[in-house]
Amino acid sequence: MSQALTQPADETLTAQSDESVKKMLLILSKATLDNVYACFILANGARMEGIESEIFFTFFGLEAITKNKMERLHVATVGNPAMHIPTMLGGLPGMEAFATSMMKKEMEKLDIPPVGEFLELLSASGVRLWACKLALEMFHLDRSDLYDDLDGVLTVGGFYERARGQGTHLLFI
Amino acid sequence: MDKEIAGMIVAVNDEGYLTNLEQWTKEIGEAIAGEENIAMTEQHWKVIEFLQHAHRNSEALSIRSLGKHGPVSIKEFYVLFPGGPLKKASRIAGIPKPASCV
Repeated sequence: MSQALTQPADETLTAQSDESVKKMLLILSKATLDNVYACFILANGARMEGIESEIFFTFFGLEAITKNKMERLHVATVGNPAMHIPTMLGGLPGMEAFATSMMKKEMEKLDIPPVGEFLELLSASGVRLWACKLALEMFHLDRSDLYDDLDGVLTVGGFYERARGQGTHLLFI
Repeated sequence: MDKEIAGMIVAVNDEGYLTNLEQWTKEIGEAIAGEENIAMTEQHWKVIEFLQHAHRNSEALSIRSLGKHGPVSIKEFYVLFPGGPLKKASRIAGIPKPASCV
């Protein structure tokens, strides 16, 4: 114990740097626009660094790959303290649509594509996209309701299978 | 700092990116590609020219813009420069490491 405590900090760093990130497994469980973008940007960013990356869409996260929903995702204006508007105002009709359109405009300025185009970019970049079987059944959705270039539908067990190998990290969003 | 690449002395930063595109030659690009284990083909050079052109016009580079306006698709780009394509291609092209997250 005392040995570990007195170990020089840089030696610890060297030991860790041999274990670089090899694969990111992201679990998207929500479909508010900000969460979806965070997940997609992390997945794409991993590929840009030569890191493998995969996304498991579960529960409400499924909406991000549901054909008739993906372009209609919203930012939450109620229960989101980062909006800095009174909760009562956030609940007024049109507020969510307004905040969402503002965010989409800002994203476009940063060269961040809309959800559908982003999915195509992820597929082309080699990000594997998986739908959660249980969530699919829960929402009474069919494979045909989902984004065409999906890599498949997985059980939780099937997803964990993909986590094999050193340097794999899982992230729940 | 200065580094000798393909028999030329060029200025590079600590990550090995050329700091002055004017010093770049095709031989230097070829040598950096060799360090990355990439054998340059006609397709590779088309991407390099595109990146240099974009950089000279001070356009921000991203995977998306390359896919939209570049000479190859995003899929091909990843095949041509495996493992961090935008970073590797930029280093070969003699332009700064892209700061973009997409």
